[in-house]
Formats: sequence, C-alpha cells, structure tokens
Amino acid sequence: MAASAAVRSSMGLTLRLSRVIPDCSTCPLFRLKCNAKNAANLQRKGSFDSFRTINRHLQTSIGLYHSEEGSSNAEDPEDVVNVVYIDRSGQRIPVKAKVGDNVLYLAHKHGIDLEGACEASLACSTCHVYVSAAHFDKLPEPEEREDDMLDMAPMLQENSRLGCQIILTPELDGIELTLPKVTRNFYVDGHVPKPH
Amino acid sequence: MEGTNKFILNHEHRHCGTLIVNAGFPRTVVAVTQGIGACGKASLSSCSPKVCIVGSGPAGFYTAQHLIKARQDVEVDIYERLPVPFGLVRFGVAPDHPEVKNVINTFTQTAKHSRCSFYGNVNVGKNVSITELQQAYHAVVLSYGAEGNRSMGVPGEDLAGVYSAKDFVGWYNGLPSCRELSPDLSCETAVILGQGNVALDVARILLSPIDILKKTDITQPALEALAESQVRRVLIVGRRGPIQIACTIKELREMVNLPDTRPDMVAADFDAVKEALKDLPRPRKRLTELMLKTALEVPGEKEQERRSKASRTWGFRFFRSPVEVLAEPSHSRIAGIRLAINKLEGSGEGAHAVLTGEVEDVSCGLVVSSIGYKSLPIDPSVPFDSRKAIIPNTMGRVKQAAGLYCSGWLKTGPTGVIATTMNNSFDTARSLVEDMDSGTLDVSAAKPGSQSISALLEKRGVKPVTFSDWEKIDNVEMKKGESSGKPREKLLTVEEMLHVAWT
Repeated sequence: MAASAAVRSSMGLTLRLSRVIPDCSTCPLFRLKCNAKNAANLQRKGSFDSFRTINRHLQTSIGLYHSEEGSSNAEDPEDVVNVVYIDRSGQRIPVKAKVGDNVLYLAHKHGIDLEGACEASLACSTCHVYVSAAHFDKLPEPEEREDDMLDMAPMLQENSRLGCQIILTPELDGIELTLPKVTRNFYVDGHVPKPH
Repeated sequence: MEGTNKFILNHEHRHCGTLIVNAGFPRTVVAVTQGIGACGKASLSSCSPKVCIVGSGPAGFYTAQHLIKARQDVEVDIYERLPVPFGLVRFGVAPDHPEVKNVINTFTQTAKHSRCSFYGNVNVGKNVSITELQQAYHAVVLSYGAEGNRSMGVPGEDLAGVYSAKDFVGWYNGLPSCRELSPDLSCETAVILGQGNVALDVARILLSPIDILKKTDITQPALEALAESQVRRVLIVGRRGPIQIACTIKELREMVNLPDTRPDMVAADFDAVKEALKDLPRPRKRLTELMLKTALEVPGEKEQERRSKASRTWGFRFFRSPVEVLAEPSHSRIAGIRLAINKLEGSGEGAHAVLTGEVEDVSCGLVVSSIGYKSLPIDPSVPFDSRKAIIPNTMGRVKQAAGLYCSGWLKTGPTGVIATTMNNSFDTARSLVEDMDSGTLDVSAAKPGSQSISALLEKRGVKPVTFSDWEKIDNVEMKKGESSGKPREKLLTVEEMLHVAWT
C-alpha cells in the first residue's frame, strides 16, 4: 500500500504544480514552476520502482501526463478497456484504460473525485461506485469483507461495488461507473475540481 | 470545461499581480529563488481568501482537502490543541485496525500542500479566541469533534472501576490526558454499556490475545496491563434488541472470529428476530443474520472445537438499561451493576425501550460506559445547541454567525464511519466555497491570516508545532516501534512530544 501512496503523492504533486502555477514567462513565478517541474521529475524517478509493482502498464511518467489529457497510454489495442465514469454532477468522463487497471487508481489517474481513504485495504467505503447493469454480473462476486464495507456505504444500491476491488478485464469494455450523489450540491458550471 | 478555463485565466492574473505586490518582502523573494523543493510553503498571496480550521481530525482534514481542491487561491490553516495531528484517527481508531489509518497518507498530502499549514499545540478558546481567529481569517471552520462523553446519570457511576469508553480508548491509544487512567483489570467479568463500534472495539481489545496486540501501535503501558488482565468474560449491554444494535458488521465479525474466545448469547433475546429479518434493509439484514448464526446455529465441528478450547467469552445482553453501579461493602470500588429489564415498544429502528419494572444484578469488576461521545461548546460567542450537543447549522453554515462554519461530529453529532465524516466535511467545504463564489462571504478585503495569529501566540508564549515538527515526532515514534516489532510506539505526554518536535 505504501507503493500506491507513493504513486498518488507523486502524481498529486505534479498535477498540483502544473495547475497552480501560471504559464507566463514574464511572471517571476515561472522560474518557480521550472524548479517545481524538476522536483516533480526527481520524485517520480524515486518512485518509479514502486510504480512497476503496482501496475506494469504504467511505464513512464510521460504516459501519466498524456493520460491526464485524455489520450491513451495503451500500446496494445487488445488491452484497451473503455470505461465511462459518471461523476457526481452527472458528467460523463470516458477513459481509455487497460486490462488489469484498478478502478479506484484509474479514477485518481484521471482526476476523478473518487476517494480511497483506506487505500484499497477494505477498511472503508469511500470508493463506492454503481456499476452499469450490463457489466455488474461480469464482475467476480464480492468477497465477504467487501460486502461488509458496502453495508456501511451511504446510498447503497443493488449495483454497488467498491471501486478498489474492480480490476478491468476485456469483458468489462464499455463499463459505466457512477459515483453516488451522496452530497447535496454541485458546481453550477459543472466545474470538476482536480485532486491536489 | 469552459468554466474551468475561465477560472484558470482569472487565477493567473491574480498570481502575477500578487507577486508584484509582494516583491518587497524578503521571505517571498527567497521562496521564489529557492523553488518549492527548498522553501516549502510560500505565501502566494496576501489577498487570497484565508480560512482557518479548528481541529485536525478527519473532519478538519477532509474540509481542508476539499477547500484546496475547489478554489485554487484559498489558503487553509489548521489549528490543533495537541502537538500531533489526525485526531480520532490516531486516538480513536483501534490499534488493530491499521488499514483505517491509511487515511493519514491523504491527510499528510493535504498538510504538505503549499496552501495548507498545520499549527499544533495551539488551544483555540484558550490561547487564541474564536473572535481573534475571525478577525484574522475570512472564514473559520470548527471541526474540533466530540471530546466529551454522555454520562449514564445513575448512582455509583463515579466509583473506581467505572470508565467512559472515551477515556478507556484514549488510554490504550495514548491520548495524553488519559495516560494516568491505569484501569483495574484484575476482575473476571467486564460489562460494557452500549453496543456501538466503540463498545466492540473495547470488548475486542479486552479479549484479544496479547500476541495480536503486541504487533499494533497500542501503547506499551496498555499492552503490559492487558497482558496481566484477568478479564475473561465481557458482556456488551444494550437497552434495545438485536435489530436495533448500533455496531456495524465488520466489528461484529471481528468478535465472532476473535481467536481464543467464544460467544455467549441469550437465545431468547432472538425470539422475534427471525420473522423480522426479511423486511430489513440489506446492511441491517446481514448484520442480524450474522448475530443469529452466532447465537443460535449449532456450529460445525471445527468451530465447535475452537469454541470449546476458548478461554474467554463475550456476549450481548439485550433489553437492559443501567440503574445503579453497585459498590463493594467498603464502598471504594464496584462489585456489580444493576440493570433494568426493558421491553420494546414499536418495531424496527424506531422502536424504543420501556422499563418493565424488573431488575437484574450482574457482578463485575469493570464497567465501561460506551453510550456516546458528546461535543462541548468552545466559546460563548459560538452558538451551541446543548440539547443535541452540536453547533446549530445549515449545511455546515453556523446559524446566525456569518463566516463561521462547522464540520464533522460537531456538525452532525457523534455517529458514522469515516465515509460519513468525509461526505459531511466535503459538504461544509462546498457551502463555504459557494459563499465565497457568490459573495455572501466577502473575501475581497485582505486578511492577515496566520501572520497576525502567530504574532498573538508569540506574545502569549505559545509556540506552535509545524507539520515538519510533527514529522520529527512521527519518525521518533516509528523508530521506537521498530525495535519492539510495532508499527509505532506513541509518545505519551505533551512534554515528550514538544521536546522531540523542537530538538
């Protein structure tokens, strides 16, 4: 789990810096951005080994950047799994993923607001999603511990699963994952905040 | 997406503008030339909205996390009374639930964010007032939780041998104020009043084989006391029936599977339960089924053998309310507890317990009352509903107090798991962001934020603990734990924590 935390933190830092700091070369902060980029690169290098253990498809940090912009980092088209996240404001976010991807970490990779408080150790229900009917039965039965955690999830439905327990397979191509609207109000302009 | 772009554009202007304004301050210049890696937190803007959060438990951190995400300009300062962050994740979550504590990694990311600062060792309400915080910040979010406990209100509850679950949990989790509790575990039977997850945590810690506990971050004094404990039987008492039980299935299953223990239930308590089962919603149904199975089913051979070998027992006692804690003839400590026998009126979640007039005495040497936590008021200037023990609020906005917000247990009352607190805190953050966006909360005038509060604290002789100070404590604790095969050996006094933080 430490490895996954490292992945998250290194990604988080990169995203954060590239977003927060303006892209204007006349602004003295530009220099800060360059430094920050270097720092981020260093950190990514540091966590590269743990990357590979988590997901063999995540080969380079470049890939991460690209996937952020919505393009696929898939090399073998047979490995591609199309996934649509439907966020809490109802917006559809199509994502090209790969066989073996974990739905929780895939969401993080694409800036989708799915928490994972316990980091996929089946001790919380913060990555609760609804699974499209056509794909729900294609998932392996949840283990008892997942069911126990789902019982604590706000807005539990028949098609509820924990995102951290869904590993993409070719049969899951086209799967739609809806984030429960557990919260009461949304951004009027459909603005989706990125994870920091 | 259009909205997002517009937002970023505005934002760039703000940053460039800010820098010019700030260019004269030596600290900012240093920060820029050294880059983020070297300087850590640079105050990006003196006119950015400044929010302070009181309390660094899950509610505080989740509120901060969402604020930082939702507005690219907001700066958040988190104030904490103790030198160490994370509240109940550190002092409440059971030591044998390390997975739950993984959430600390996300909180740490938030704390290390360039627009977030942690100020530990600052007692809001004592070292600095809410009014002073409101002058320094555009908004103040109260998320200091529920540090009090509901009392049973029965004679004898002050006798030696009676503890609140809050203190008992604080003791085995290293809460400095509970260090001296040293509960007497020399009796055979312990009675826990209440059947929520905290009650089950206490029962599990009392009955767990020491070999399991010694691999957790339970405190060394607690570990030693539990190793010597004579407690062999734990009764978990609730005023209503099995269908109303407050714990969740994970905690119940842990009891069922706890090595070297066997369940000891009263079959008659489950008489009406089977018929009610089919109409229950799924979580309640699965929980009740597990209870029924544990209480009534004849176990398989393997389980039977396990149970017969077990040296300790646990069981629920339903339909009972405490009437009086009974003292030994010397009156110095407890000998037992008198329970009133209840019957239920109504059905399902809404059923309530009614006294039958009958009572029953149970002998025991330890009573832990786990009937709920309770929030306490912090300052006379902050509205407080003392009946509900919460701050009266509308979606996190404190009623009749502009610029004041609340989240976590202080907002809703002390119930729910981490997911509940997370949603509740995100909601409060959304309310705050809405108010900033709409202008309901005026953030146009610059506020000094931590600058003025730090000056105040310095004048008052209070030195805050920064997040990097905490990381020193963290390292020391982990190193200490390593030598004894534990993930962490917590420092047990504020003095020790401060010593490590500042050397």
